[in-house]
Amino acid sequence: MVNYIWLFMIVSGVAAAAFQGEMDVVTQAALKGAKDGVAVCMGLISILVFWLGMMRIAQDAGLLKALARLLSPVVRFLFPDVPRDHPAMGYILSNMSANLFGLGNAATPMGIKAMEELQKLNPDPKTATPAMCTLLALNTSSLTLIPTTMIGLRMELGSANPSAIIGTTIVATFCSSLAAICLDRWFRGRMARRIQT
Amino acid sequence: MMQTISFLSAIMIPALLAFIPLYGLSRGVPVYESFVEGAKDGFPTAIQIIPHLVGMMVAVSIFRETGALQFYLSLFKPVLTAIHFPEEVLPLGILRPISGAGALAYAENLMATHGPDSFLGRLAATMQGSTDTTLYVLTVYFGAVGIRRSLYAVKVGLMADLAGVLASWMVVMWVFGL
Repeated sequence: MVNYIWLFMIVSGVAAAAFQGEMDVVTQAALKGAKDGVAVCMGLISILVFWLGMMRIAQDAGLLKALARLLSPVVRFLFPDVPRDHPAMGYILSNMSANLFGLGNAATPMGIKAMEELQKLNPDPKTATPAMCTLLALNTSSLTLIPTTMIGLRMELGSANPSAIIGTTIVATFCSSLAAICLDRWFRGRMARRIQT
Repeated sequence: MMQTISFLSAIMIPALLAFIPLYGLSRGVPVYESFVEGAKDGFPTAIQIIPHLVGMMVAVSIFRETGALQFYLSLFKPVLTAIHFPEEVLPLGILRPISGAGALAYAENLMATHGPDSFLGRLAATMQGSTDTTLYVLTVYFGAVGIRRSLYAVKVGLMADLAGVLASWMVVMWVFGL
């Protein structure tokens, strides 16, 4: 599916440029995109280095295991095929709690760590497992309690009540996360049935 | 309630920063060495993501800058007018899953033009705050471990985004009215 979306964006972009007779826009846009991609990764380095360091302390101190045990009913429901005491559980939980508190920067390294642990359970390292899809679904629908960036932006723009959107955001994010979990379950079940037959 | 939540989110990182090493120390963990050991993974992970992110951002950039995005948006307009969905917000709904920076810029533009406390302003903020950039998250997370086939993850992500957009629209209408 990513293959098609990717191809679709490029081909329709080139077609649009050809239609307008401005082919050079494509080249410029491509170079700009490539530059942005590297810039984002460079920005990620500092965050990854810092939070992965903190996470290692938490792991060595047994914090991740404690967290996983505390919230295991939730995670066991969401990730039925990950063994109970697997290190992935702790990372998944830290990722979820970081997202919940709107610490997007801190959530990424933990999510990546969780993916690495899930990859160890993966029989085919090139193909995602259902557990990986669930983790991704949880992250793309981003269960958020405090939309910090938006509140800040509204404050800057002179809103009378910048945090007025917290309530609506919580309801909306809850709906999209619920949808993500249900859809994930549905696709997972459909795939399992297809393999059986 | 709201104050408590914003306070919590403000002190969360500093509190974690102090708590994790202190707890580690109490458990006899050599905290600094442990930090450095874990931090080492950060650099290779970021490097591993570069090709994935460059590939994705090139496509997104071409799609946007050439006006292809605008073209597809114009196709959807009649449908939206029919269901009374504010058409100004549509670009945000479509940008949100593909480009985080683009969506943020667009949301700011909407709030600046119509006012942050207008219906459109609140809707833009709610939509922006309640979903994430699906393609970016997919690229970074799967890219970091080298997953090529993403199974049904993209479908689930995009459909959840759609649910988020519709939910934002309905809840903002319900809470603040038109």
